Formats: sequence, structure tokens, C-alpha cells
Amino acid sequence: MSGVTNILLVGVGGQGTILASKILCYAALDQGYQVKMSEIHGMAQRGGSVVTQVRMGDQVFSPVIDPGEADMIVAFEQLEAYRWTHFLKPGGVLIVNDQKIVPLPVLIGAAAYPGSVLADLEQKVSRFVALPALNLATEAGNSKSTNVVLMGALARFMNFPQEVWQKALEEKIPAKLLEVNRRAFEAGYNWQA
Amino acid sequence: MNTLMTGNEAIARGAYEYGISIAAAYPGTPSTEILENIAKYPEVYSQWSPNEKVAAEVAVGAAIAGARSLVAMKMVGVNVAADPLFTAAYTGTRAGLVLISADDPGMHSSQNEQDNRYYAAFAKIPLLEPSDSQECKDMVGLALAISEEFDTPVMLRITTRVAHSQSMVELKDPGERPLKAYEKDARKYVMLPAHGRARRLVVAEREKKLAEYAESVSVNRMEMSDPAIGIITAGISYQYVKEGAPGASILKLGLTNPLPEQLIRDFAAKVGRLYVVEELEPYMENQIRAMGIEVTGKELFPPYGELSARLVREKLTGDPGPAVDAPFEAPIRPPVMCPGCPHRPVFYTLKQLKLVVSGDIGCYTLGTAAPLEAMDTCICMGASVSGALGMEKAHPELAEKMVAVIGDSTFMHSGVTGLMDIVYNGGNTTVMILDNSITAMTGHQENPATGKTLMGQPAPKVDFVALVKALGVKRVSEVDPFELEELKQVIKTEVAAKEPSVIITRRPCALIIKNTEKPLEVHDCTGCKMCLKLGCPALSFDEANKTAVVDAALCTGCGVCMEVCKFNALRKAGEA
Ligand SMILES: Cc1ncc(C[n+]2csc(CCOP(=O)(O)OP(=O)(O)O)c2C)c(N)n1
Repeated sequence: MSGVTNILLVGVGGQGTILASKILCYAALDQGYQVKMSEIHGMAQRGGSVVTQVRMGDQVFSPVIDPGEADMIVAFEQLEAYRWTHFLKPGGVLIVNDQKIVPLPVLIGAAAYPGSVLADLEQKVSRFVALPALNLATEAGNSKSTNVVLMGALARFMNFPQEVWQKALEEKIPAKLLEVNRRAFEAGYNWQA
Repeated sequence: MNTLMTGNEAIARGAYEYGISIAAAYPGTPSTEILENIAKYPEVYSQWSPNEKVAAEVAVGAAIAGARSLVAMKMVGVNVAADPLFTAAYTGTRAGLVLISADDPGMHSSQNEQDNRYYAAFAKIPLLEPSDSQECKDMVGLALAISEEFDTPVMLRITTRVAHSQSMVELKDPGERPLKAYEKDARKYVMLPAHGRARRLVVAEREKKLAEYAESVSVNRMEMSDPAIGIITAGISYQYVKEGAPGASILKLGLTNPLPEQLIRDFAAKVGRLYVVEELEPYMENQIRAMGIEVTGKELFPPYGELSARLVREKLTGDPGPAVDAPFEAPIRPPVMCPGCPHRPVFYTLKQLKLVVSGDIGCYTLGTAAPLEAMDTCICMGASVSGALGMEKAHPELAEKMVAVIGDSTFMHSGVTGLMDIVYNGGNTTVMILDNSITAMTGHQENPATGKTLMGQPAPKVDFVALVKALGVKRVSEVDPFELEELKQVIKTEVAAKEPSVIITRRPCALIIKNTEKPLEVHDCTGCKMCLKLGCPALSFDEANKTAVVDAALCTGCGVCMEVCKFNALRKAGEA
């Protein structure tokens, strides 16, 4: 549906996709959009794949993004980017944290982690950004802020004013962690390969 | 004020705003957060019950006593609660009673895909289906109004996408929490056959009145647009229709039992081609066809899985929308037992002993997956225990190579009666109760053995040893599952015993304790890969250097792999 922006956040249970989506939704609401957000978190704590779908626009009906219709995908892990890339629209933006989290079938030798994830993705997607979000978060002062680094990277591709993002961070992040997360957001925003 | 809420949060808010006094539930995805959120409103008394039947009876009792009540469950929970539900439909209630059924099309986290709209029709109670969070909240109010006007329980049926999606909700101040005086009325509330026959006629009369009411209730409404295509829809499917067929005329039904026959006829007369778009079974479609109205539905849409805007567009216009590339091949990332999970050594040992495992539902069902692969059956909550008795009766020799495995919450939910049956009917089966001190699978809810209530009050703890002894089990052992050798010996001994026995493994869930153990280190690994058979996410193998590797960020230092390693290659940091 035209006029609706579809953003998919994909990752592994425990990576903070939910806080990231809260920041994103807050910013979108502040911009006056109607927002719907859907998440399947069956057994997120047990290390499975997690997907959060955020849709914003003048009028949003379905809370779910269909394959081929995501304007942007933020992948918190390489393999999850691989798994979900076919949801991207032609011309859509793919942002990937270059971290690898190896799933159990690979750990026990029953499957292999694909060797050329980033190269394959870069070849397929023209608007592609891979960044070391975990390292950037650690440099900013807290490895747990990886999710906020990725929101910073996403912000570059969205036309929200800076103040809106700053306000969203203030609203959704506890005061004592705010400074670290501001730095993390900025690191993601300013990141260049 | 407006705020984003999930459907479940909105239902909780509705309970608060519309005067619910008593709410009960047993957890189950996708319903669990309803009660977790109601518990945030101290004005509403809320509780976890040991199972859905008990929860429903608590709510029925409260409503008969005069308090507005709510009971929530996942769809298979309604199977458990069906007994009180079907008869409460005859008695009616003094104050409003809402039953929330959270269905799971697509089986994101369920063992089947049953469509509980049929339960409402079967029990002869009104059925409401919201399509977003605002409607979730509003329909709690409507359900209570219908319940009190027509003297009947009302089912509010949501699906995973409604329960777990956020959309805007307008918050209002809570109204009063009315409490009617209790009065005895045995003809209405004691369902002996004679009273039941009288009430059956009342129910028939009520159905007629409800059918009239359904014609004019505002949640059943036409949205006329292009008259060439008319679509009857309800619940989340409405959103898919709005998006996938934007020009079509729509009859959106919020009250779907009973269906508004005249409204449907009027709509059918106004449109060219008539479709029904509904997830799962042809529940509305079959009834509409029985009215003699020509309609298209399941010829186009599957009776399983979730629908989507894309599917609606494709089936109604022939245009699926943007082409989709084939996905990259990515190895699956299944949920796994956490590092330090007390269930892991149990399934490792069961596999080693090559036992038949009559399984059950909980985090421990993950023992089915490689590399543990130590579960033979899993049907429904409680079936591990009673199912094992059946297996043993079919093949008596199985009793000495079989265990039933059940979690603490699941045992209290519906394992106790099965164990009673084993004792009563001369079974020999060994039942293992995996007591991790919490209901872990659904996100760590308190239960009758944890010592705390949903509202945070201290509570007595069920004493499993005393309980199973009282059922007549003489052989009861308790073991720490991290003591691998002892665990193995106890299982061997009890499985061999020619009488019923219970083994209780005790160790709290790794996610609810504050861990103080140091992660393990690898020294002089021989590369035998024994430790990988545990399927611990903190352990992997470096093929180049032929050595096991511990991920120190994940390892909880539980030490189970130390016990599995025959070469002392895995050690606590700092220990020789
Ligand atoms: C009738 C029914 N109600 C609820 C559920 C959802 N459910 C499955 S297992 C479970 C509880 C598991 O707790 P426990 O037995 O303590 O095992 P744990 O996950 O802690 O290992 C719940 C609530 C279900 N599958 N069926």
C-alpha cells in the first residue's frame, strides 16, 4: 500500500530487537504517523529467530509485512539477514550488523554456517550497509547498546528530524544508560565503511 | 490519552475500565500477557490457576456470586475448560462473564490449529472477534454488556496477530466495579436434569433474541464501496481485506455467533460477487451457504495457516503484487535449551539409557531435537503420564524401559490424575517430574509450587513428595539433575522397579537464578566430541585445531559437560 513504510527488525532472541522497535515506534508516532507493530516472540529467550515488524503511514491496516514489501530491513545478525532478505522491496535498504551468532544445528555439526553471507547480500542488494554494531556499541561504552547503534544506522535512511530520535531515546531508555546510548546512536548514524 | 498497545494489553485495560473484579487464567501463548497485564491493575483481583478448567470455574463462580469476571486461555485451554463452559451456558451468570480464547493460526507456538469459533456455536454463547487493539478493549465492554443483558457467558476470540500486534488505543477512566448481592437460586444454578431441561428452553429463547440483536449491533457493519465485489470478514482478516482489496465493499462482523442472517442477505443483495475471507475453517462460509446464499471462500483460501494482504490481493484480483525472489538457504535457528538448563542432563541421560520417553509440553519438549532426541510422544498437557500407562498396558515389557517426563507446572495442570491412574490400575511406570521451580516455557509464571501468586503475594508451596505419596506411590526419589552419575543410577533403579515410582529432579530454571559460577575453560582437548552430544549453545568444535571451544559469554559454569568429558579437558576457570 502506498504511503506506508515497512520496516523489519530481525535478529536472535536476547539481542534487543524489542527495545529497538519501541524507539522506532515512538519516533514514528511523534512524526504523526499511524503505527502498527507485530512481533512473534514464541520462545525468544531460548535463542530462536525473532522478527519484529513495524509499519507506519497515514493509514495502516495489516500489522504484518508481506515478502517483497519491506522498505528497510535491520538485521541484528548476519544469518538472519540472509534468512529475511527476500522480504525486501526492490530498491529497499538492508542494514546488517556484521556479528555472527551460530545456531545449534551448526554448533553440533549438523549444518554449516554459509560462508559468503555479506558478499552475497552486497551483490544482491544495492542499498546495503554492513557495520560492526557490536564493536561500535562496546566503544561507546556498553556492548548491550548494539540495538541502539543499529537504530542510529537506520535513522540515516529515514527523514525524521534528529530531535525526534533524541526524544525517543530519552523516553525509552533509563536515565542512567542514556549517555552511553546517545553515543551508540551517534556511532551508528555516523558510521561509514 | 492514546497509546500503542498489544491486543493482550488492551484486553487487560478493558478489564480495568469496564469493571471486571475477578480474573483468572492458566498461561499459554498467545494469551499469557492478558493476565500479566491485568495484574498491573491492583483494583482487579487476578490469579494464576493450576489449569484452565479451574480458572474457568473460578470465573463462573465469581460471576454467579455477582462480580464481573474474566478468564483467559490459549485455544487448547478451552478443551480443558469446556466442561464448565458448556453448562455455564445453561445457567447463565448474575454478573458479566467473558472467556478469552486466544487462537493460533499458523501454529507459531501450539500443538494444533483448532478454530475455537466452533466452541461458541457449540456451547451456544455469543462470540466477538476484534481486529485490532482498540476493538480488543472495546469488546471487553461489549462482551460484559451482552453477558449481562442476555444472561450468558461471552467468548472473545483473538488470534496471535491480534494478541501480539500493537496498535493505537484510546484510554479512558475506569467505570465502577459493580458487585451484585449474592442470592441463592437453585433452579438456575444447580444443573440437575430437571433444571437443565428448563434452562435448555431458556437457552433456545436466548439464541433467538441474540440473533435479533446481531442484526443491529454496531460491531456488525457494512462498508460499501465498489458493489462488484462484496466481502464478509471478521477479526484480523478484516485488516488483510482492507489492504489487499481496497476497493471492495465489506461486511465486517464483530459479533460472529449468532450470525446476522438478514444483514448478510441485505449485503449479498447489494453486491455482485460475494466472498467470505476468514482464517482457518469455513465457519461463516458454511453457515452462509446453509442460508441458501451463493458465496466463494475456501475454494480460494486455505483452511489452515494465516492469511495475508498479499494472499487476499492475489486470490481476489489475480495480482499477487511484487515478485518475490527465492530466499537464500539459511540453516534453521530453532529455540534451544539455554546454557545451564536443568533439563539438558535429564535428556542426555535418557538418550544414553535408550529409554522410551513419554513426553509432555514445556521447555523440556526441546529434548526432542538433535542432538538429544530423547522424546517419543507429546500430545497435550498431562498426556505423558497417562499415555505411558496406556503404552505399558499395550506392551507390558515397555514398563521397564520407559519413563514419563513432565514439568512441575504441567504435572499440577493435569499430571496428578494420570499418576493416580497408574497407581490405581497397577502400572509400573516411572514418572519424572522436572521441577525447575517455575512455569518457564511461557515466560516464567508463578505456579502453586513456587510460593508466590500472580499478584506477588507469598503462598504455600505444593509438596510434590507428600502429594505423590498420598496418591499411593511408595518409591519417590529426589535428585539434582546436575549430578549426572547419581541421576543415571536413580533412573536405572526406578525404571527396573516393579511398582510405580516418581523421580523429582530439582534445579531452578537457569533464567531465574543469579548465577555465580565461572565459565568453563578447555585444556588439552582430545577432540572426541562427547560434550557436543549435550547440545549446549555454549559449546562448539574447532575443526581446524580439533578442540572443543567454550563460549565464555554464554557458559553458566553448570559443569554438566565436565562430567561428560572423560579426559578432564573441561575445567572451571582457575581450577586444575
Ligand atoms: C491446555 C494447555 N494449556 C497451556 C499450554 C501452554 N503451555 C505449554 S507447557 C506449559 C507450561 C510448562 O511449564 P512446566 O511444565 O513447568 O515446564 P517448563 O517449561 O518450566 O520446563 C504451558 C503453559 C498448553 N500447551 N496446553
